[in-house]
Amino acid sequence: MSNMRRMKLTGSYEAPIGTTMYVVNTGDWRYQRPVTIAGKCRKCGLCSLYCPTGSRYEEANAFATDLRYCKGCGICANECGAAAIAMVEEIRT
Amino acid sequence: MSGTTTDDEARVVRPGRIAVIDGNMAAAWGAKLSRPTVLAAYPITPQTPLVEYLSTFVADGELDADMVEVESEHSALSVLQGASLAGARTFTGTSSQGLALMYEPYIRTSTLRLPIVMAIVTREVISPQSVWGGQQDAITVRDAGWIQIYVEDNQEILDSIIMAYKIAEHPDILLPVNICYDGHYLSHVADRVEIPAQEDVDRFLSPYSPSHIKLDPRTPMSVDPLTPGDILMEYRYKHVRAQARAKRVIEEVDEEFGRIFGRPYGGLLERYRLDDASLALITLGSTSGTAKVAVDAARNRGVDIGLIKLRALRPFPREELFEALHGKAAIGIVDRNVCFGWMTGVVYAEVCAALRLLPDQPPLIDFVAGLGGADITFKHYERAISLLQQAASGRTVAEVTWLGIDFEPGEEP
Repeated sequence: MSNMRRMKLTGSYEAPIGTTMYVVNTGDWRYQRPVTIAGKCRKCGLCSLYCPTGSRYEEANAFATDLRYCKGCGICANECGAAAIAMVEEIRT
Repeated sequence: MSGTTTDDEARVVRPGRIAVIDGNMAAAWGAKLSRPTVLAAYPITPQTPLVEYLSTFVADGELDADMVEVESEHSALSVLQGASLAGARTFTGTSSQGLALMYEPYIRTSTLRLPIVMAIVTREVISPQSVWGGQQDAITVRDAGWIQIYVEDNQEILDSIIMAYKIAEHPDILLPVNICYDGHYLSHVADRVEIPAQEDVDRFLSPYSPSHIKLDPRTPMSVDPLTPGDILMEYRYKHVRAQARAKRVIEEVDEEFGRIFGRPYGGLLERYRLDDASLALITLGSTSGTAKVAVDAARNRGVDIGLIKLRALRPFPREELFEALHGKAAIGIVDRNVCFGWMTGVVYAEVCAALRLLPDQPPLIDFVAGLGGADITFKHYERAISLLQQAASGRTVAEVTWLGIDFEPGEEP
């Protein structure tokens, strides 16, 4: 259009559609992260059942968090009966 | 009146059948000849006979389409969205409060880029309670992304609906189109209409075959996924770009239709006795007919006045108006609507914006008229032309005159 600066278009669709899998990187939303206190974790697995993004997984001595998709909601810390998860402010530069 | 006189030498198809039909029947014929396969509508005055005529065509086996009888206008357009996504050509129509109820799917139709064609049988909006003419309904939704074409007579209704599909489905456009015709003045008044032969329309208008958005299990796509702002901005830009491209396509389709059927309409706007005129009127819709008679009478009195019949309100022909009105001494706009916040009519405000860079800025005067079925008469036009002459001669004339409820000359207190 003659009355506009040129646009830097990245999409090829004219209408709002999708033809491939589009994964939302929910890890970008996080302002706080769960930190497991290893000595307190009883490995009951409740945190992994409640986690809405499936980001809690089992390690040798405790459950840990996949920070690619953890959105920092804190449900795991809230549900943990052993109080083994602390929510720590996420600081990015 | 436009379109009703045909130069048989100038066209490539044989003349169609002549009928004397009202505007709703002309719209029904325009739709029928375009071969839609899904229709859905809810009756509302003054569009109701259009629904009845379409239902009759389907019931009599003259139109091979599904007519979905819905419970509201919201459902009517929603049904057509699904049908259009499945690849169907679709048609509906509504008026006034029905259009208001339809607003949610209305804006989604354009932003999903579905080339649905819908008649708006223009009617005043309530309150006060009214079922009569006015263009406030269609004008109010002008910025919902549709193409809007306003027409003057019943022949233009029929022809414009056929052209609307060719514009809407053009691969550079892919936008829905409203053909807006005046309730009662056209919808319920019979006029001579030439109905083209089906095979001639078929040669002009190819079947709809979408690929940009379609629900098809063989080529699956998700429609309208949650879209973050940076990607949404691209879709908005492309939508605006399609509106810009539509200016060219509307002109091309009109030119092609005129060449084949012998009835060109001027595309974005019709110029009537304009080129050698120093005064200009701008009209929208059926009142253009009365305006042309008034222009002829003024010409006979020696007043050099011409007319622009604005056909496309969206896309708005900014550059074309600028070019057509360059050098005019005074310009009058007739608005069958109001722009509440500007205290003028909508077309006036938009013409002002389009002409803001004209050198030697000529006086622009607005005439609000014909609301709620009030007639816009020959006498009103004589008064408008007289005020235009006064403005052109340097006298101060009010920016806005409400024709019909203003003081007559000599009556002022």
